[in-house]
Amino acid sequence: MSGEESQWLTVLIAVLGGAIRVGTPFLFVSLGECLTEKSGRINLGLEGNLIMGAMAGYGVAWITGSAWLGVLAAGATGVVLGFVHALLCQQPRVNDIAVGIALMILGTGLAFFIGKPLIQPTAPHLPALHLGAWSDNPALRAALEINALFIVGVLLAPAMAWFFKSSRWGLAIRTVGESDDAARAMGLNVNGVRMLATMAGGFLAGVGGAFLSLYYPGGWSEGLSSGQGLMAVALVIFARWDPMRCLYASLLFGGAGALGPSLQAVGVTSGYYLFNAAPYVLTLILMIAASSTKVRSGMPGSLAAR
Amino acid sequence: MSTLALEAINVSKRFGDLQALDQVSLKLRKGSIHALLGENGAGKSTLVKCIVGFYVPDDGEVLLGERQQAIANPRDAHDLGIGMVYQHFTLIPNMTVLENLVLARPHLPAVIDWRKERRAIAARMQTMPFQLPLDVSVNQLAAGEKQKLEIVKQLLLNVKVLILDEPTSVLTPNEADEVLGRIRDMTRADGLSVLIITHKFREVMTYADDVTVLRRGKHAGSARVADSNVKSLAELMIGSEFTSTALARESVAEQTLKLEIDTLKVADDSGMQAVRGLSLRVMAGEVVGIAGVSGNGQRELVEALAGQRPPSGGQIRVMGVTYTGQRAKLLRHGFHCLPEEPLRNAAVGRMSVAENLAFRRYDQQPFSFGGWLRRGAMRTAATRAIADFNVRPPLPDTPIGNLSGGNVQRAILARELSERPNVLVVANPCFGLDFGAVSEIHARIMAARNAGTAVLLVSEDLDEILELADRILVMSGGRLVYETTPGQADPIVIGRHMAGHGEETHAH
Repeated sequence: MSGEESQWLTVLIAVLGGAIRVGTPFLFVSLGECLTEKSGRINLGLEGNLIMGAMAGYGVAWITGSAWLGVLAAGATGVVLGFVHALLCQQPRVNDIAVGIALMILGTGLAFFIGKPLIQPTAPHLPALHLGAWSDNPALRAALEINALFIVGVLLAPAMAWFFKSSRWGLAIRTVGESDDAARAMGLNVNGVRMLATMAGGFLAGVGGAFLSLYYPGGWSEGLSSGQGLMAVALVIFARWDPMRCLYASLLFGGAGALGPSLQAVGVTSGYYLFNAAPYVLTLILMIAASSTKVRSGMPGSLAAR
Repeated sequence: MSTLALEAINVSKRFGDLQALDQVSLKLRKGSIHALLGENGAGKSTLVKCIVGFYVPDDGEVLLGERQQAIANPRDAHDLGIGMVYQHFTLIPNMTVLENLVLARPHLPAVIDWRKERRAIAARMQTMPFQLPLDVSVNQLAAGEKQKLEIVKQLLLNVKVLILDEPTSVLTPNEADEVLGRIRDMTRADGLSVLIITHKFREVMTYADDVTVLRRGKHAGSARVADSNVKSLAELMIGSEFTSTALARESVAEQTLKLEIDTLKVADDSGMQAVRGLSLRVMAGEVVGIAGVSGNGQRELVEALAGQRPPSGGQIRVMGVTYTGQRAKLLRHGFHCLPEEPLRNAAVGRMSVAENLAFRRYDQQPFSFGGWLRRGAMRTAATRAIADFNVRPPLPDTPIGNLSGGNVQRAILARELSERPNVLVVANPCFGLDFGAVSEIHARIMAARNAGTAVLLVSEDLDEILELADRILVMSGGRLVYETTPGQADPIVIGRHMAGHGEETHAH
């Protein structure tokens, strides 16, 4: 194998590994957003949930010594923020987008404020499965170090697809998301369903935050999230509100995010910042593509109606 | 001969100052079709909504199978075997036919076994009067199929009494015949009892067994259809105060081509081509009627003509000059338009009638001088137009949104006919209006035609087109597919073309 070839192979493996590592928070936030949007509401505050989750997860893991308790705590903060979002949104003449932006700022600010003492300490990390143990290629082994949360997310996507298709609750969420009137005619409590969906969506986004602080990149700092919560909203549109497509799109975004570091690892340093911008460029491209209305099939009716 | 399936006795309902229903009674015989006939606002919908528990009547009672039943909400009605198909679809467009049918069931299991549901519904579908594909998403269905699905949805719930609110308003005449014919078969075979709201005499005479006529919230009469005729029913429906103002069609000497549309293409909101290369010409003193089922590009065509929607191709010419829908060109070309739903498309609801009437010329003398509006002049002009066109209440300072549908229509028509138009585009001008208003608006349109205006009439009401048009065009799937004249028109042939020969039609 020539040196150059193996270099590109290394980049490819690193991008694949990165797709999984960087893509996991995208996956959780986008599944959460997908769940919320299916009920007919947009929660832009998931960026706030993500950062609050990262902070709370790190703090609880440090105090209790259990990374998994940290994950649960991260989810719980997401539930609280989701509850606040839903509660505000069901008031008359309140716009969910505006509430989402307010909660994004609130969640971020609150996390920075409460999280100040967490920058120094070291909390236990989430365990990883070493699926690459058979290989003697260090790059491949690093890439196949797969976090347990990623597996959970991968299982969650088809489970959520099944939930939307075949469970009474999933159908209730879809009906509420499609048409307030049809849902009321069926005797569904529209606001109640939306509140539960937003809280559950908040839980998932919080768990995504815990992955950031408890696995990759790990640690708590104010620069931990780089807008994954917002990009995940674009990702849901790109995925046409389908949980399985959310999974694929998360991997795509994760891979794009890993491009810069991977190239740097093999010594391609020119254009480092340019490659690091890949996920943002991808977001822009997807948003433009999504605004051509043909992509909107699958959009919940209540979202399309405004 | 037969027992009663349902009886309403002396039902009354008041909304604020309006006595919507006043001591109305109705008897629905088991295994029959009972038509509820009346003008808009006569109280037909209010009566059936009282029957299904959507409204609670102030007085009177509903008997089901000769027993009094308390029906407090639609769910109760449902449990008693009464199903209603509302005028507006209650289907969920992004779900499949199968999902919609399953969702309609009152008690769903926590986990739905789709294979079992599909088998059960597919088997039941065999016994239904209409067959529908189970796996197609509802937004892919044409309007007629959606109406059939609404009916099947109720039938699958084993209703004994089926109430249909204007079920044929979105259907072609042929589809209407199919739907009503099948429903009549079911009343004969399965003992289904049907109460059907309509204002179409033809359907009453052809399909109904009994008829009850409402007028202004009161019971105007009930009869066996076999013992009645259209004339007697019309008299019951309209009362004695109605006088026809139908205006004769005069021959117009002027032979100029006024409006020319050349391979016009217009996209709808989702970017799909709604108007696909449409060409037509309207001469001075000619009414060209475009017939078609709603959702075949008519709305986009009218919006393009009114300047509300940019065409994606083709040309519009007025008197041989290229026309684009800007304000200056509207004025210069004498291009006038009465779009459908004028309150939404041609008026500002919160502004006064006088202001709305001045929209075309507010920035010119006498309505404005030196950059200032002259409200006095607007009010004077509005008062005159209100008197001419019989707008009620005759108050120029009322917000136009407070007027009833017919009066908004009259006010906007007053504005559009205030100066002799070159071209007049009219879309569904009489949708939801009562008999008196309809004949008055028809007379105004005919008068404009006789004065040499080129009129393009886009309407879903075939009778309206047959009455007014000099030439009839049928629009289907964004194209003009058929042309005829009222003298040679055959409603069956027109209906077949409206349905696009059974080709795929696009409903939105």
